[in-house]
Amino acid sequence: MTTRDSVPGTVGALTEAQFASRLVSGLALRLGPFNVRIAATPDQLVAPLHELYRDYRLLAEPNVFHFHARLDTRRNFPRIDRRLVRFSVDGKVPHEDMPADQALPVLEWGLNLVIALRAHNFVMLHAAAVALDGKGVLLPAAPGSGKTTLSAGLALSGWQLLSDEFGLLRPGSTQLVPIPRPLALKNDSIDVVREFSSEAYIGPRTDNTRKGTVAHLRPPSASVAASEQPVDLQFVVFPRWVSGSECVVSELSENDAFMLLATNAFNYELLGEKAFTTVAEVVEKTRCFDLVYSDLEVAIPALRDIIG
Amino acid sequence: MPSQSSTTDEVRQLICRLLQQPTEIPRLSSAEIDMTLRVARRAQLLGRLAHELDKAGLTDSLPAVIADQLESATVMVQARQQLAVWELDRIDWATRGCDAPLVLMKGCTYVSLGLPNAAGRAFADVDLLTDEGSLEDVETRLKAMGWEAKDLDQYDQNYYRNWTHELPPLVHREREVEVDLHHNVLPRTARLKPKSRLLLDSARQVAGSRFLVLSDEDIVLHAMVHLMFDSDLEDKIRDLVDVHELLTFFCNRDNAFWSRFVARVEQLNLGRPAYYCLRYCRLLLNTDVPDDVRRQARRWRPPRVVVSLMDRLVPRALYPQHPDSPSHSTAFCRLLLYVRSHWIRMPPWLLAYHLSRKFLARVFAGRSS
Repeated sequence: MTTRDSVPGTVGALTEAQFASRLVSGLALRLGPFNVRIAATPDQLVAPLHELYRDYRLLAEPNVFHFHARLDTRRNFPRIDRRLVRFSVDGKVPHEDMPADQALPVLEWGLNLVIALRAHNFVMLHAAAVALDGKGVLLPAAPGSGKTTLSAGLALSGWQLLSDEFGLLRPGSTQLVPIPRPLALKNDSIDVVREFSSEAYIGPRTDNTRKGTVAHLRPPSASVAASEQPVDLQFVVFPRWVSGSECVVSELSENDAFMLLATNAFNYELLGEKAFTTVAEVVEKTRCFDLVYSDLEVAIPALRDIIG
Repeated sequence: MPSQSSTTDEVRQLICRLLQQPTEIPRLSSAEIDMTLRVARRAQLLGRLAHELDKAGLTDSLPAVIADQLESATVMVQARQQLAVWELDRIDWATRGCDAPLVLMKGCTYVSLGLPNAAGRAFADVDLLTDEGSLEDVETRLKAMGWEAKDLDQYDQNYYRNWTHELPPLVHREREVEVDLHHNVLPRTARLKPKSRLLLDSARQVAGSRFLVLSDEDIVLHAMVHLMFDSDLEDKIRDLVDVHELLTFFCNRDNAFWSRFVARVEQLNLGRPAYYCLRYCRLLLNTDVPDDVRRQARRWRPPRVVVSLMDRLVPRALYPQHPDSPSHSTAFCRLLLYVRSHWIRMPPWLLAYHLSRKFLARVFAGRSS
């Protein structure tokens, strides 16, 4: 992809050299509903981040940010032969230093961690979210149930990607707030998605992370461009990838859906009553389904049928 | 790169404005607002800022990026306070029929009495004071009802029981709130030895509750002692703000507060921490301390050279670091104060033994992992 057809004011409008220098001093970006400033010193991040973040809007500076994240290279005593990276947010270090060759996933996970720890102005459901024709679909699922793969497949089939990790709702509202981020594909799903679309930009593979091999898929330009507009949530689908299974869709009762949603939130207990009423309103206003699948090519039309 | 001292001054000015003119903050430049939010979060003052702006009716007019962060801080503060209140309810239930006095301390006191510093204040633990003779009874009852001691090795267990002023922290197996059961406000090994009998004797019942609270003077004094004996002063400006707000509130409510306070400091023999706190409240937060109180507080003053050293160390340690350019000298100040806190908490032989134990434990833990 060249930078010539990029939208002015986005990362893609910067040359790689301009991007590299901004990345060191601090890159001010709009990520969904968040103003963030990211500074990262490892050189190996420049090219992949320039691609992965191509469509994100740059913010003017000075500005007020939701958070300032940093990734720095370090050598820690006594193992000074080993290069590490340190993720920090507003000068605090939320987890231990990680091997330097994992810089990209460490930064991406770090950003998700900060959102999860800080954005309690939202009910944060642990879910992917997509939309078609303005109808929002929440895909809540535990890690390993294939929600990232499914949302990648949907994003590459013309659906709007709202998020692959966070279902963000303002308390008391059933409008999904989009936060499309680079999708962290894991292990076999990297090749599944690669086969699914040969044009999609997938960043470098990182092996031996705590979640195995990871590579990031760039979210569709249109999804990023539309990310500041909330989408009406109309369906909740709990996807479950089961090897070799038929594609089975079954409608869930409000009660079952409520329990599944409430136990799958990042901050349900913290928000207490606010989260309870929000989730109750979601299950009341939406239709909820269970989706068991093994093949993306079958699951995607099945989802399309669900939303009608 | 801005110089170290200019960034330190910047942080101090922002914190001062946050405390003294919070409603001015939305009118600042975006760079100043940004830095204020960052240092306020570190100093655990975001919840307080949210409360002040809300009180002034400004919440609805704030830009989303500010409102979001304040709302999030308020959610966390309210959740913590609710957890603490629930934990107290459960402790009440678990100790029915036990006549040991249970005195609330710190955060729980501020919340149950609705003191001004409770608004927007995040706190994690439930601290209770009881008399030493009742410790075992209370501990047994709590353990029978599901509270468990944190997983500590025998050395740490003994350390708590023999040398400190509290039991190893208890946590209920279904919850996360830490319950610290104290029998005094300072460790057994500390050089200052306040009589906890005096604290308990002047404690009073909270209306409609099985719990007690300390007298006004003792509430302030405990906040002072806690801060000045804390081994880690990093970002603890909030604890000094507690002292400031408590002093201001009590002396406005009651003309005789200051004279009772001074007498109590003498009676409990806690002059040194009281002196420092009054001094830094005045210097950093412009607390109104009457001249005669200041005159009397001079009796509690350490040698001048110590005061001037502490003047260099304490303010630096209390303020949050500039998030983008932390200073090594601040880290050094905090280290010196860490050593000081141990020095005043235990006699030298014990300190040497304890620190070498800790050091060796860390070396061996590092090796086995």
